[in-house]
Amino acid sequence: MKLTKTLLASTALTVAAGMANADGHMASEMTIVSWGGAYSNSQQQAYHNPYMEKTGVNIINDESSAEAVAKLRAMNEAGNVTWDVVDVVAADAIRLCDEGLAMEIDPDEHLAAAPDGTSAEDDFGDLLVSDCFIPQIVYSTTFGYRTDMVGDTPPTSVCAVFDTEAYPGKRALEKRPINNMEWALLCDGVAKEDVYDVLETDEGQQQALDKLATIKDDVIWWSAGADTPQLLADGEIVMGSTYNGRLFSVIEEQNQPVAMLWDAQVFDLDGWIIPAGLSDERKARALDYIYFATDTQRLADQAKYISYGPARASSAPLVSTHAELGIDMAPHMPTDPNNAKNTFLYNYEFWADYRDDIDAKFQAWLAQ
Amino acid sequence: MSDATEQSGPMLAADGRPLKASLNRALRRQKLRALMLIAPLLIFVLVTFIAPIADMLFRSIENQIVSDTLPRTTADLADWDSETGELPPPETFEALYKDIFIATERKLHTRLGSRLNYELTGVSSLFRKSGRKVEDMGEVYQDQFEDLNDFWKKGENWSQMMGSDDWNAAMAAWDDRSDTPQPVFEPRSGMAQMLPETTEMYLTFADFVQNEDEDNLAKEDPWAIVYSALYTDLGNGADVSGYTGPGSRELQEAEATAGEFEFVDYPAAFEDIDEDWLDIEVWQTIQIYSPEFTSGYFLNAIDMKKGLDGAEMRPENEQLYIKLFIRTLIMSLVITGSCILLGYPVAWILANLPARTANLLMILVLLPFWTSLLVRTSAWKVMLQQQGVINDTLVWLGVVADDSRLALINNQTGTIIAMTHILLPFMILPLYSVMKTIPPSYLRAAKSLGATNWTAFWRVYFPQSVPGIGAGSILVFILAIGYYITPELVGGTTGTFISNRIAYHISSSLNWGLAAALGGILLAVVLGLYWAYDRIVGIDNVKLGG
Repeated sequence: MKLTKTLLASTALTVAAGMANADGHMASEMTIVSWGGAYSNSQQQAYHNPYMEKTGVNIINDESSAEAVAKLRAMNEAGNVTWDVVDVVAADAIRLCDEGLAMEIDPDEHLAAAPDGTSAEDDFGDLLVSDCFIPQIVYSTTFGYRTDMVGDTPPTSVCAVFDTEAYPGKRALEKRPINNMEWALLCDGVAKEDVYDVLETDEGQQQALDKLATIKDDVIWWSAGADTPQLLADGEIVMGSTYNGRLFSVIEEQNQPVAMLWDAQVFDLDGWIIPAGLSDERKARALDYIYFATDTQRLADQAKYISYGPARASSAPLVSTHAELGIDMAPHMPTDPNNAKNTFLYNYEFWADYRDDIDAKFQAWLAQ
Repeated sequence: MSDATEQSGPMLAADGRPLKASLNRALRRQKLRALMLIAPLLIFVLVTFIAPIADMLFRSIENQIVSDTLPRTTADLADWDSETGELPPPETFEALYKDIFIATERKLHTRLGSRLNYELTGVSSLFRKSGRKVEDMGEVYQDQFEDLNDFWKKGENWSQMMGSDDWNAAMAAWDDRSDTPQPVFEPRSGMAQMLPETTEMYLTFADFVQNEDEDNLAKEDPWAIVYSALYTDLGNGADVSGYTGPGSRELQEAEATAGEFEFVDYPAAFEDIDEDWLDIEVWQTIQIYSPEFTSGYFLNAIDMKKGLDGAEMRPENEQLYIKLFIRTLIMSLVITGSCILLGYPVAWILANLPARTANLLMILVLLPFWTSLLVRTSAWKVMLQQQGVINDTLVWLGVVADDSRLALINNQTGTIIAMTHILLPFMILPLYSVMKTIPPSYLRAAKSLGATNWTAFWRVYFPQSVPGIGAGSILVFILAIGYYITPELVGGTTGTFISNRIAYHISSSLNWGLAAALGGILLAVVLGLYWAYDRIVGIDNVKLGG
């Protein structure tokens, strides 16, 4: 009697499991790749946990986004792609799309419309910079400075970086040409709208490097996002560029005497891609996840945990307060009107073409 | 072996075979057994180590992507003389149109764009843009054929006309939803003679639909380029009057009117997409990189490039790699030297202390091994920076003034200090194990024979410890030459190594060809130094212990 019951129950369970599996033919496990740290945590809270609760899928986290492009290429060549959804910056997404390593996603077909019915394509607008890329957040690379090291006249313009007389001390800049070349030209008298026209020419590139050369001895070049916050906290530098979320954490969470210099911040995007070459079940699961994780409410939810702006226009009004500190997050968003008075948007097309060339010159200049 | 018994003279074993052969057999069996024992390791090393490295290094000369993606264009360009300063003829533009059209359908054009962008800035967006717009050129003909007769609008009509009757019958019998494979396309006989270009394009299209997209070919509308090919065939005077199969009436009608069609001027159409297509440099770059193998990556790795007249140096402001190679070698030597200086006394103390104390000290030497590399490097940052522990102490002691703190990090000094610390155990351990075997009685004997402390050490002890120095130096030097995380974090601009650039090309720029060339040169340099070491010091003179 007992045996029959057990048998019946297990049969019923197997059938149920089989049906759940057959439902939509989706994989029951997925690997999501992201950056780790506070950023991955914000995604865990805002996307992964609710999605696992809703669907019962098991999400495996992998913190390999920094090497995602190279690893995806290696996986693709080996014919064994083990990742389902990958978080990358837009420039990497464009490269992956060009190389055929990411699959194209039609936003209107695969993404949720805004609550007021605006189509996904219009809701994301200009931020859909690649056919393979679904943006998630807008972040910015901007400067933070030590309030106790700048005297009575805190800097208001990005050109303070090049003014070692008024603001003596070291500065931290990223060890790559992107952003630095633009700032250098901007502070060398080039009008904002002409920056990329000038940077296309050899003379313009030399002009930018010459401007950077005026502060070369005062610069600490960083390559990891955590460098500038540490250097600021230790008083090693007077100002330095980094991602705005890192500065938010130095200022609000660690209460260091640091302030933001939003002037000439450069917007960049971070978002999802789905690797090319997934099986049908895994692809269906990845698309289902993306549909869920990029709807208006989820994107707004992420801003509770980290100070990056949601990529959908319809999410902005829903941004609320920080989950632990309880402070209003809207003024800390790079997209807030008070912060976004003077901004750049990362010029993807330009840098896709010129990155290799200018990087070679930049590195040769650094090594001199 | 069997005729061994017929031989006379040689000594025979008990079974009648010659003793020599018998012995060889026994030895061979033994060798085979030894080989079998190491076989797992050998196969493991071959599969997981040698093969991937060889595969990676091979990329430094591999260049099939250009001729694979643009087969017609590269074939055309082989006869083009770029030095006349004139653009290739319109036929080459037409070949390019076909190549890019097919590459776009296969989504390979942007890949080639990134490849060629390494050589000429701007090609990446040129190919991306061209891929988006190249379809317009074919649609000029597609629209005109479709306006002429609705027959041309339907994919079914095309497949019936182009496919053989047998294939069409097989397709009709094939169940679209079943799991059985689609009957492989077979062109109608005589079609290839009558409409050669169209047949070629339709075959490419059919192959793509059936094998890559896995759609039903009978229902798929052909690519715009098939219409362009049909126009070309008709313009070339294809004789369709004898053809009686499906679509014969429409084909004859098209032949009669095609002469009045609006036609595409390919060079002008490409100029419309982007003026850069009229830039002779773009064509030269495609021509230079047409061959399946290239020396371009290796030239790039030594600050040269392929020009029209062979290899030439890059402009001064782009030269980087030779400088980095030299810097890497010199700094690795300095690091090896400072490891010897610091490690030798420590190893000597370890080898001469009583076992219990020595073990305790040994743990201190090994401790860094058990700490994460990143943690150790970050700790050095906190120690060495200008507001760091060392500078603070020096200022407190009054050794340096507060406004002239020492720059100990983000330069060569930082790299040398941090890497010496990280690599020190690799020097101490071989030194220690060699010194352990030097009997202390030798030193005592030397002294009792009247040597001073220094002479006893220099003439008696030191020569016996040289194999340990050799082993430690090789270990430290080879590890140092390939390090990249530590130089990246503490090296600033003057303390970075060639490996930092290799890492950049592997993970950021995806220029694996250049990375492989740089890595290949580095490997060759290391092997060269190893060979030199063997010639000068002798590799037998290296001991890890005993």
